[in-house]
Amino acid sequence: MGSEALHVDVGLSLGRFALDVALEVPPGITVLFGPSGSGKSTTLAAIAGLVRPVRGRVAFDGTTWFDAERHVDVPPERRRVSLVFQSLALFPHLTTEDNVAYGIDPGIRGRARERRALAGMERMKVAHVARRRPGTLSGGEAQRVALARALARDPCVLLLDEAFSALDAELRAELGAEVRSVVSELSIPAIVVTHDRSEARSLGERIVSLRDGRVLATDDVRG
Amino acid sequence: MSFAPLFLSLEVASIAVVIAGACGIGIAALLAGRKLPGGELLDGIITAPMVLPPTVLGYYVLVLCGRQSTIGRAFESLTGAPIVFSVTGAILAATIGALPLVVLSARAALEGVDPTLVRAARTLGATPLRAFVTVELPIALPAIAAGLVLGFARALGDFGVTLMVAGDIPGRTQTASLAIYDAISSGREREAAFMSGVLTLVGVLAVYTARRLTRRRHGI
Repeated sequence: MGSEALHVDVGLSLGRFALDVALEVPPGITVLFGPSGSGKSTTLAAIAGLVRPVRGRVAFDGTTWFDAERHVDVPPERRRVSLVFQSLALFPHLTTEDNVAYGIDPGIRGRARERRALAGMERMKVAHVARRRPGTLSGGEAQRVALARALARDPCVLLLDEAFSALDAELRAELGAEVRSVVSELSIPAIVVTHDRSEARSLGERIVSLRDGRVLATDDVRG
Repeated sequence: MSFAPLFLSLEVASIAVVIAGACGIGIAALLAGRKLPGGELLDGIITAPMVLPPTVLGYYVLVLCGRQSTIGRAFESLTGAPIVFSVTGAILAATIGALPLVVLSARAALEGVDPTLVRAARTLGATPLRAFVTVELPIALPAIAAGLVLGFARALGDFGVTLMVAGDIPGRTQTASLAIYDAISSGREREAAFMSGVLTLVGVLAVYTARRLTRRRHGI
């Protein structure tokens, strides 16, 4: 991974109001902070290619993923954006190992694929639950598996949508520290969505406050 | 007493459920949660056989697939045998009976899959087809299997459409339900009772299996 920034400038209608967000996301963690329904998750979905904005542009490292004017709309599977959903969205019919392996490039097969899945599980400390299905995992384990799966994709951009909201404070802090370390190691832009102010301050290097679909303020926490 | 009608019914229902399964899952995938133009009309046409009289369905099949029809002539020139008044006709009749059950079950099962899982698969590099095959289909499979089991039982017991399309030719197109009618008409009550018993057993087993399958959940 390099040290490229994610460029986001998108607009779309959310029913109650219009989302109109412009962000420049450098490598490191940027927290998207705001109340429920302020457009945080929709912004992530637009970056991942899961919703189509009516205007604007999404680009990373000189590659345009979306450009309304030029009718460019790269599908999610070709964007290399990993999104950890609030519900985690672990595949219930697959084991931890198969969940993690799902994101690995299909071109990598056999033993190499197994080794990669194992390395991903070890990085997030879930190798001991490799053969178990999501329904049997604790909240913390499931969270770690979701992160391991997202990272196995070898993403250019990592997005976490209220991914820690179901965990207790201690576990949240522990996983937050791990995410910070992984993002710093990979040197990729990461956006963490939260409506928890203390989580926003402890996790982010930058905090972007969103309300009614618009950026209210951008604070450089570590700067 | 001849077991041939029972074996023929099993053969016809097995082939019919494979055809209904392949077509039905495909149709259900097109209809499920997607705004397909004319989707509801297609759904109506597919599920109408559940409420239409067998004579009406039989009439349509005879018109569409009879020996003088375009489809019927094309089939006969390719295979050398007609669709109607043959085992092919019986399979077609059984498929028409099974298809709505398969489509209804498969559609409900696919629509029951959490859309976030499909979105997650897409962000993990899966094309829509790969997401369908590796995520939606396996999760929906128990409920789809339940629809296939019910479809099999429905195909096994078809009477009206089979009679009109395949006829009641002993040793050729006489399925178990036709043979039961024949046995009662000619006073062979033990034969009728035996075959009715077998069809009832299969029907009860099918409903029981379908219920067990739809209750199955992944995870714990």
